[in-house]
Amino acid sequence: MNGAKVELRGLRRNFSGTAALDGLDLTIESGELIALLGPSGCGKTTALRCVAGFEQPDEGTVLVDGKDITRVPANKRDAGMVFQSYSLFPNLNIRDNVAFGLRVRKVPAAKRHARAQELLELIGLPHIGGRFPHQLSGGQQQRVALARALALEPRVLLLDEPLSALDAKVRVSLREEIRRLQLSLGITTIFVTHDQEEALSMADRVAVLRAGRLEQVADPATLYDRPATPFVAEFVGTMNRVPGRIDGNQVAVLGQTLPVDGDLPGTPDVDVLIRPEAVRLTPDAEAEGMVLVSSFRGSTAQLRVQLGDIEVLADVPGHDSVRLAPGTRVRIELVERPVLVSASSGATAASAKTPVPEHDVV
Amino acid sequence: MAALTPEGPMAQLTPPAVAAGPVSGPGRRRRIRVWRGAILAIAAVYFLVPLIASFTFTVKAPEQDFSLDAYGQIFTTEGFGQSLLLSIGLGVATIAVVLLLTLPAMLAVRLRVPKMKPIMEIVCTLPLVVPPITFVAGINTVLQFGPDYLASTPFYQTIFAIQDENFPVVLVLAYVILALPFVYRSLDAGLGAIDVRTLVEAARNLGASWPHLIFRVIVPNLRSSLASASFLTLALVLGEFTIASLLHFQTFPVWIYTISGSQAQVSVAVSVFSLLITWLLLLVLSSAGARQRSGS
Repeated sequence: MNGAKVELRGLRRNFSGTAALDGLDLTIESGELIALLGPSGCGKTTALRCVAGFEQPDEGTVLVDGKDITRVPANKRDAGMVFQSYSLFPNLNIRDNVAFGLRVRKVPAAKRHARAQELLELIGLPHIGGRFPHQLSGGQQQRVALARALALEPRVLLLDEPLSALDAKVRVSLREEIRRLQLSLGITTIFVTHDQEEALSMADRVAVLRAGRLEQVADPATLYDRPATPFVAEFVGTMNRVPGRIDGNQVAVLGQTLPVDGDLPGTPDVDVLIRPEAVRLTPDAEAEGMVLVSSFRGSTAQLRVQLGDIEVLADVPGHDSVRLAPGTRVRIELVERPVLVSASSGATAASAKTPVPEHDVV
Repeated sequence: MAALTPEGPMAQLTPPAVAAGPVSGPGRRRRIRVWRGAILAIAAVYFLVPLIASFTFTVKAPEQDFSLDAYGQIFTTEGFGQSLLLSIGLGVATIAVVLLLTLPAMLAVRLRVPKMKPIMEIVCTLPLVVPPITFVAGINTVLQFGPDYLASTPFYQTIFAIQDENFPVVLVLAYVILALPFVYRSLDAGLGAIDVRTLVEAARNLGASWPHLIFRVIVPNLRSSLASASFLTLALVLGEFTIASLLHFQTFPVWIYTISGSQAQVSVAVSVFSLLITWLLLLVLSSAGARQRSGS
């Protein structure tokens, strides 16, 4: 089974005035797992549905291996899909559910059942062929849905938030399983999610969408460490906004001078974007900062530190949380790394709807 | 024949839904049980007294002993088989037409234009508001419309053809409209209970054509609501009198009315008999529905 290369070119789709897709361009390489990540309403599901054929773009084309499939009906496309809600046919048992696509293609019963059994073994549920969907747990149902989507050996796999209805533990184990299957089958996979952790942990590349446009597409590490835009920086992971002042190619922030990464806004007064784990705290009775709240998460603790009239989030190792209990005076130090800056928050909030906020600075 | 008109089966179908309300506290529960019994008794009197009266009338005429002769005569009375077959035929045709009309339409509205749903609901409920006498007057006017210069056209021949006494298509058309509210209600409930959009998209994604997905995915999952829609339609057609009588077609209810002048006992016997048939159908139907619920 080989994955196909999927290209989205200039996709546009309007829903009664609002643009769900606004000129989306994205190329998904053969055999890769790409996650479409973004806030609700960013067009990620619409993009997936355009590939599946459930949605027709107003403009633009969908290419699979260079072939234009934009107007091909959904039932003639070579893509398996797993849905957000449970989608197994309630009237059919698990074996017949998995074999549904083969039945549509008039594959003889014996061959159909053999293939269904093979797939049930692949997803680690070989004994449930005779059961009905309502007798399975949510996680099992989604696994069967995955097996059903793979039964026809499609060259593209589409996953529309398949894990969002499941509880946390099942979600983690199932995403590892999906990844394992995807790698062993080498099938091109588009995974829609609003959960950044899911996207970062599973995908080869993550595409961050915003208001129907592509904001950034990169591998998870790059996306997290070197976000291309302030939107990506704040959407993926947590981000502090600390006022700073531009000086040449550097920025002065919290008494330190750090190199600037990315574009410089037009004004000297900026917000510096800093990850909580790049903030170091040292207890110091003389210092200005004070720990306000500490939320313990096991391996780490996230502290909210007041510093003058701003608040800074800092992630510290879990065992340090005792030393840095709320009320403790602390000195704040930033890790020496290039930082991303954006126009100060007032202006950014006003221009939140435009893709390039930097140009709107007064 | 009152129990065979639409109100009859509906009245029998509604109580279970009402009885499913929440109950709290042992004292309250007992009081509710007493009330339940009282209401059941009142309902039983209301329904059973006319039935028992009818039955008594058929088996015991004044100055005669108990006899089931009237029931024996049903099958030998002229016109029985013919009119019953006609009514059943009309019922089956009506069910086929009304389901073929509403199911695809309701699916299309749900999947493509959900905004149209209230409009469709109003249109489908409208027949309840129009009195049958108005309805039949309208049909009559249309059927009598036929200026002479149209005499040789297919239009004229169609008007004649749909009034064929052996199988009056015009009645099927009229009954389809009368059945719309009931069919719409039961299909709407059935479609509401399954995630139609996801099932349709899953089936499309697996390569199913529209007919395939309707017959293999939608219909099997709507079995009980399709069955109840069919049953309500059949009951309606088997009991409908006004339209058939005014258009001069000899359907089963019209036939019962016709013979009641000459053979009063037989006509009541037929009524009791047809009531039993209807109940039998209802039993078959509800057990089919129950089997599906435990099966899926």
